[in-house]
Amino acid sequence: MNIGLVIGVSLGYLLILFGIAYWGDKRSDQGRSVINSPYVYALSIAVYCTSWTFYGSVGLAAESGIHYLPIYLGPTLMAALFWIVLRKMVRISKVNRITSIADFVASRYGKSQMLGGLVTIIALVGLVPYIALQLRAVSDTFNVMVSYPDTSASQLAHTVPFYADTAFYVALILAVFAILFGTRHIDASEHHSGMVAAIAFESVVKLVAFILAGLVVTFVIFGGVGDLFSQAAAHPQLAELFHVGELSDYGNWIAFTLLAMVVVLVLPRQFQVAVVENVDESHVRKAAWLFPLYLFLINLFVLPIAFAGVLMFGYGEVNPDNFVLALPLSQEMQLLALIVFLGGLSAATAMIIVETVALATMLCNDLVMPALLRIRWLGLERRRDLTRLLLYIRRGAILIGILLGYAYVRVTGDMVGLVSMGLVSFCAVAQFAPALIGGIFWKGATRKGALAGLSAGFVVWLYTLLLPSFAQAGWLPATFITHGPWGIELLKPYELFGLSGLHQITHSLVWSMLVNLGAYVTVSLLTQQNTMERIQANLFVDVFRLSAERYGISRFWRGTATVDDLFDLLKRFVGEARARAAFERYARGRGLDLTQMREADSDLIQLCERMLAGSIGAASARVMVSNVAKGDVVSLEEVMEILDEASQVIAYSQQLETKSRELETATRELRAANEQLKQLDRMKDDFISTVTHELRTPLTSIRSFTEILYDNRDLDPDKRQEFLGIIISESERLTRLINQVLDLAKLESGAMRWYIRRYDLVEVLSDAATATSQLFKTKAVDLHLDLPDHPVPMDTDRDRLMQVIINLLSNAVKFTPAHTGRVTLRLTLLEEGGVKVEVEDNGPGIPTEDLPTLFEKFRQVGDALTEKPEGTGLGLAICKNIIQHLGGRIWVDSQQGAGTTFAFNLPPLDGSAKEDGKPAKPE
Amino acid sequence: MAPQSVLVVDDEPNIVLSLEFLMKEAGFDVRVARDGESALEAVRERPPHVILLDVMLPKRDGYDVCQTIRANPDWKNVRILMLTAKGRQIEQEKGLAMGADDYITKPFSTREVVARVRDYMPDDGA
Repeated sequence: MNIGLVIGVSLGYLLILFGIAYWGDKRSDQGRSVINSPYVYALSIAVYCTSWTFYGSVGLAAESGIHYLPIYLGPTLMAALFWIVLRKMVRISKVNRITSIADFVASRYGKSQMLGGLVTIIALVGLVPYIALQLRAVSDTFNVMVSYPDTSASQLAHTVPFYADTAFYVALILAVFAILFGTRHIDASEHHSGMVAAIAFESVVKLVAFILAGLVVTFVIFGGVGDLFSQAAAHPQLAELFHVGELSDYGNWIAFTLLAMVVVLVLPRQFQVAVVENVDESHVRKAAWLFPLYLFLINLFVLPIAFAGVLMFGYGEVNPDNFVLALPLSQEMQLLALIVFLGGLSAATAMIIVETVALATMLCNDLVMPALLRIRWLGLERRRDLTRLLLYIRRGAILIGILLGYAYVRVTGDMVGLVSMGLVSFCAVAQFAPALIGGIFWKGATRKGALAGLSAGFVVWLYTLLLPSFAQAGWLPATFITHGPWGIELLKPYELFGLSGLHQITHSLVWSMLVNLGAYVTVSLLTQQNTMERIQANLFVDVFRLSAERYGISRFWRGTATVDDLFDLLKRFVGEARARAAFERYARGRGLDLTQMREADSDLIQLCERMLAGSIGAASARVMVSNVAKGDVVSLEEVMEILDEASQVIAYSQQLETKSRELETATRELRAANEQLKQLDRMKDDFISTVTHELRTPLTSIRSFTEILYDNRDLDPDKRQEFLGIIISESERLTRLINQVLDLAKLESGAMRWYIRRYDLVEVLSDAATATSQLFKTKAVDLHLDLPDHPVPMDTDRDRLMQVIINLLSNAVKFTPAHTGRVTLRLTLLEEGGVKVEVEDNGPGIPTEDLPTLFEKFRQVGDALTEKPEGTGLGLAICKNIIQHLGGRIWVDSQQGAGTTFAFNLPPLDGSAKEDGKPAKPE
Repeated sequence: MAPQSVLVVDDEPNIVLSLEFLMKEAGFDVRVARDGESALEAVRERPPHVILLDVMLPKRDGYDVCQTIRANPDWKNVRILMLTAKGRQIEQEKGLAMGADDYITKPFSTREVVARVRDYMPDDGA
């Protein structure tokens, strides 16, 4: 056929496609989207049927009968599950604004950039053979078109330099076309309405072309279905194909079916059209039967065409992959051939456009941009408008994807059939299935599990499929396949660990899936999710419940955050103790067991929000809680910023807390000091009041008797004498009191002057006894001295010590009964050095309740006695002060009815009793 | 007609002595008590017309004694003069609040004490 005609028609067709896309975009901009229809949606999903279907199925059917079928059986089975699986993926993607399968997987596992990048790389590497398939199909069929009946051209294609290679130009044209189609918009979450419209149109074209070819071949070239099948049954080699074959064939059959089943969901282009481009969830319901119907129709004539091809050309003369084109050409049906060629072109272009657009989005969003943003010197994060850069990256990505495909064509040449090339890709993208499908149904799956599964499966795929294909192409030694690397038989890539007898695809699939699933599940079970992962897992798995709520049924939080997440959040802002207390109070109040609760109810979430609001303000609290509770209300980056700011606020508030604690401490200390001052003030008040009272009492007597004497000049001399005596003794009492008050004041203020010299204590004590002997004699109380018979020298203040002993002795005399009273003054040398002085009496003793306050000022143990004791109530307070100043301690032992012993000790003088050389006030 | 009687209550022997002397000189019948309990005993035995009552007493203090006397309607005619050595206003007011008729601050003028007691005595011939 005329090469110009073929090129012209092809370019014309591409222009029509472009026109449709343009129109579709225009309509979409006007708000009258052409793709808002379940039929368009189903047709766009039919992008599944590529050159592989259009040409490859016939080739496969010609060689091995109905083995081409599992590739369509799988999707048909999956279509039955569309409502459960696909609809969920659609909902998740809409709610989370997912742009690609890499985004989907990354997002599910805590927005892991690493996972997104891995998925992108697997997709890029894995899809190269698939893109190569399309390129080869187009270039091969182009060559068939222009050179038929000379079929040798295509066989030699890979031997010519690239500039003479049809496939190279096909690649370039398709790249330009894909770039024009797919990268006009920049927001990947927007729908490519034009592209989808064009894809749907292409699906119609390829279906019509194929059915047309089938009808013509069956009913025009041959005499109908019956004729064709009976001829085929009579053909010796074709008859073989009616048998399904050995047991391993069943294995392959099942494996391929399962493979196709998952691949129809996880192929990047299928994900693009079925999930990202979906405009209405309800379309899924119709697509669930429209898509299988499409698959059925397009496969209807595969066997008839294959049989017809074999019957017409036999094996070897024409590549069976090209039968569908060669048949009309052989009958000189130029128009039909052209239509079939366009159908094939449709199948290939549709696939390449969508696949590369999807790949470009992934490469751009999940691999290149994250990497670029990390390179600081590019300063990308500061640039406002990255649109142009994004566009260039995507365009570059498309070009790279297609050129890689072309490179693969060059490398593998025509060693491999179309279907085999496609299956290699299928096997690669099938690695996404566990992480993706597992991720939307199993909350427990972790990021590490997904990473492990994906990487392991991908590595096995590389080893068992991609590397051997390089070996076949001569890039690696052929012994790599036949004897394993370094001659290790167990590692033969097509018979790994001795697993033989399987189709190489099945073999790779079994191993890669085994490793992938095993690693995914095991690692997931062994590792913990972080908060982000848990949020995302909930958002994905519970998407229907959550999204229903988000869209307005309930504005209350409900059951969407785990208790642990909330607790983690809360404790970060209010401290662990408060958070725990609040949760426990909450649980107690409702009789709940928090350890049994996984998901928090709305009340608990609101409680957290309220508590957080107290720490970081209501708006931030709302954002924080909604992030834990519902996930993607704000981006992770924003959350991090908020966290940053919040942690600064927390730091400030902690400083404030510290400050306020310090203030509290200071206040407490001040309050205590103030209390003490108040107490001192009260004591001073009491002291003054008491001193006043004590002064007024003798003064009262003195005044009274003085006035009496003054008024009664003729008083009886005896009486007069008695009254004067009273006046004298009361004056003495007054003097004593004043002296003691002054003494005490000096002692307490430290103004007392001390004269420390070396004295013999025995002598001092004897002198004190002598000084009080008159008191004892008057009351007829016996004073017994129990002193050492040798001098006891000690540095002390003689007068003060005398004052203490005299005070104790006169107290003793005062409280012992006359005549029977007995007082002992005892001096004991202590083993540890120092001395002990005791004044022991046989008086009535002191009530126990009075003992603690005995040495305080104006505490007289007199209330119990009818006779008020004489004395000022200051004596013991003065004694205590003096002894303490001398470094000793004074105490009392007393039992009621068994006498009293006052005692004090004095340490060997080591400077603890200091001579005060400079008194505050001179005496 | 019973003689005009005074009960002197104080725990300072010398003050008691001086008051006893003064009251006798003034012609009153004088009894003496050294603490609150014996003061009440003396009142129970025979209520005096006037009590000179010191505040600071052993056993039961002057306020207590004053309150007890005022609680008994039989003794409502007993005049109570409080003697206080503490100069603070609050002590005096407390005494009045407890039902004392008057108070005298120590040290006192002997003439004034006698005059006050006389003021509170019911008239001789009445």
